Amino acid sequence: MGDAKVIRLDGSGPEHRESTAGAAAVPRPRQSPHTTAPDPEPAEPVEPAAADPAGGTVPGVPASAPAPDEAPGRPGTAATPRVPDGIPVSDWLAALTGAAVEVFGDRWEPKVAELLAFLRRRVTGDYEVDEYGFDAELTERLMLAAVRPLAEKWFRVEVRGAENIPAAGGALLVSNHSGTIPVDGLVTMVSVHDHTGRNLRPLGADLVFRLPFVGEAARKGGVTLASNEDAQRMLSNGELVGVWPEGFKGIGKPYSERYRLQRFGRGGFVSAAIRTGVPIVPCSVVGAEEIYPLVGNVPALARLLGLPYLPITPFFPWLGPLGLVPLPSKWLIEFGEPIRTDSYDEGAADDPMLVFNVTDQVRETVQQTLYSLLGQRRSVFS
Amino acid sequence: MGRVVLVTGVAGDFGGRIARRLVEDPTVDRVVGVDVAPPRGDLGRVSFVRADIRNPVIAKVIAGQDVDTVVHMSVRSTDRSGGRSSTKEHNVIGTMQLLAACQRAPGLERLVVKSSAAVYGSSSRDPAMFTEEMAAKRLPRSGFAKDVLEVEGYVRGFSRRRPDVAVTTLRAANAMGPGVRSPLTGYFRLPVVPTVLGYDARLQFLHEHDLVDALHHATLSGVHGTFNVAGDGVLMLSQALRRLGRPAAPLPVAALTAAGTLTRRSAVRRVQAELSDYLTYGRGLDTSRMRSVLGFTPRHSTVEAWADFALSVRPGAVPSVAALAQRTAGARAGDRTAPAALTVASATAVDGRSAGG
Repeated sequence: MGDAKVIRLDGSGPEHRESTAGAAAVPRPRQSPHTTAPDPEPAEPVEPAAADPAGGTVPGVPASAPAPDEAPGRPGTAATPRVPDGIPVSDWLAALTGAAVEVFGDRWEPKVAELLAFLRRRVTGDYEVDEYGFDAELTERLMLAAVRPLAEKWFRVEVRGAENIPAAGGALLVSNHSGTIPVDGLVTMVSVHDHTGRNLRPLGADLVFRLPFVGEAARKGGVTLASNEDAQRMLSNGELVGVWPEGFKGIGKPYSERYRLQRFGRGGFVSAAIRTGVPIVPCSVVGAEEIYPLVGNVPALARLLGLPYLPITPFFPWLGPLGLVPLPSKWLIEFGEPIRTDSYDEGAADDPMLVFNVTDQVRETVQQTLYSLLGQRRSVFS
Repeated sequence: MGRVVLVTGVAGDFGGRIARRLVEDPTVDRVVGVDVAPPRGDLGRVSFVRADIRNPVIAKVIAGQDVDTVVHMSVRSTDRSGGRSSTKEHNVIGTMQLLAACQRAPGLERLVVKSSAAVYGSSSRDPAMFTEEMAAKRLPRSGFAKDVLEVEGYVRGFSRRRPDVAVTTLRAANAMGPGVRSPLTGYFRLPVVPTVLGYDARLQFLHEHDLVDALHHATLSGVHGTFNVAGDGVLMLSQALRRLGRPAAPLPVAALTAAGTLTRRSAVRRVQAELSDYLTYGRGLDTSRMRSVLGFTPRHSTVEAWADFALSVRPGAVPSVAALAQRTAGARAGDRTAPAALTVASATAVDGRSAGG
């Protein structure tokens, strides 16, 4: 509410101002010396439009919008500077209140208090993490909240078949992987959280945990190592676990091979699901392939940095940081019918043929769903 | 006829404590404490024998005192004197001699070894929680962790050669509490705590009382096997420091190592030598076998052990939770100060939420 417009008023202005200035949520107009007298041309500051929903020129606005609504006069041009002697405390309070209402809405008080309580908990360490280092509060309030606009506004994600995700109990979500940078994992996490209220617990490669900052954020976001031990532990604890069996072969494949599924690992995820008897939910993501079209790779430099590949896209590294902005492709995410594994007996997880068959079944389901989703999408960006 | 227990390393902190605890137990007849140095505190009715376990004399002690239970407490991480190589010799050669003596003692029934969770190492390829069957993903190459690994190897060999002896190996998480003096507590007592930039380790602690309880329980129950012993739950390093009220100084690994080499503060040097992997990746222990097979349940969780330790630490630059709570309580009792107003606001918010829900 910094620079207020100044509108010159006729004679009725000062009296009216006197009656409304005390109302909350508007900065009190400054009492410049000559306005105390019924000056014919007093300068009265008017709040900016943000605090004045009814608009300054509409007469007869109820008192809840205490704007100088009797300002039908000609808009003034005399911008009087008004910073001679500091701003009264009440103005600050009113401004803060106005800002709080703007940001948090009408019920701002509990929300601000909640935010402060959240900050206090963060600063004093008074929060809990589970044994994998998953920080539910931080994930929901910060990480998912940061990805959500990207998913909803930028990629315009459409989710189908969310009812196929079990509402409770262990389940293994198996998805295709693409996009050079695993943005699809983050967007799937948000979609699952917003449609089912459950936290998706991704399994990540050990590279994730070796990288500074990435590993730290991943652990706090609920990722754990893609190993049989961790997968089984999570699934038997009734978590919803996400796995991208294509791994780096999937996200690092060239753009020309988009939507062609790579090998699904060695089927370790299937044996983990069979051992714990949880259903496998196939998940197909369309749209992630186009966010960073991978047209080249610098294998030598990648080896030097210990990375699986070093991407070159039409925009990266040519445009520098600007090249990191993902292309706004249209995303479709479909969760398929769960594939049950609880009918298999004890030794099934150690039967390689059976594990390969189930792996192929999951892979085929995801691939077919990808093709059908691609058919439904009108174009890459709409 | 009760047990006759021999405790090695009684001059050490936990060696002394378990010896005192066992001697109070009615099912224990006698406790013989052995160490190279005289114990610092009063050991009560524990009879102390000054002997070096690296010396065959230990066999005579075991035979002469009719020892039926040996509690091996002298594998240690801190260099009491003589530096790293002397500690290694003490840990590894000492254990070999002790086990050789045990093998020749026909009356021996139980052996309890206090090992450490350090055998699992710390790396980016670690599972979230280690069970007893798992091995380190990256074998420790030096220091205490390697000593422990070798000691456990010898203990397994002994257990094969003497199947009649119940061998209990306790892989204890880092002991934590006001009375613990270890490289790790020394590290946390630094005025500014250097951490590894870009990493946040998962830490798991065992309260000092629980460690003594676990050793006591293992000695008297004689359950054969290897067990992880740790408090429930984990704390992130950053979270632990916030609860402690100590400022963290995140440094790149290379700078941390350099700081360790340059500084004269032993706590920082030890961080560099032995703890840097642990403070980078952390470690979690699965303790279900401790509950189901060993039949032991710690009374304190990781968080409670940490809170107990935090009480003994001088408040740092950032006020700890306890200090903050005190201060806001004081402010609330006092006049209208800003923190009080905020506290009241958050209190009303909580009330409103609970009423609404």
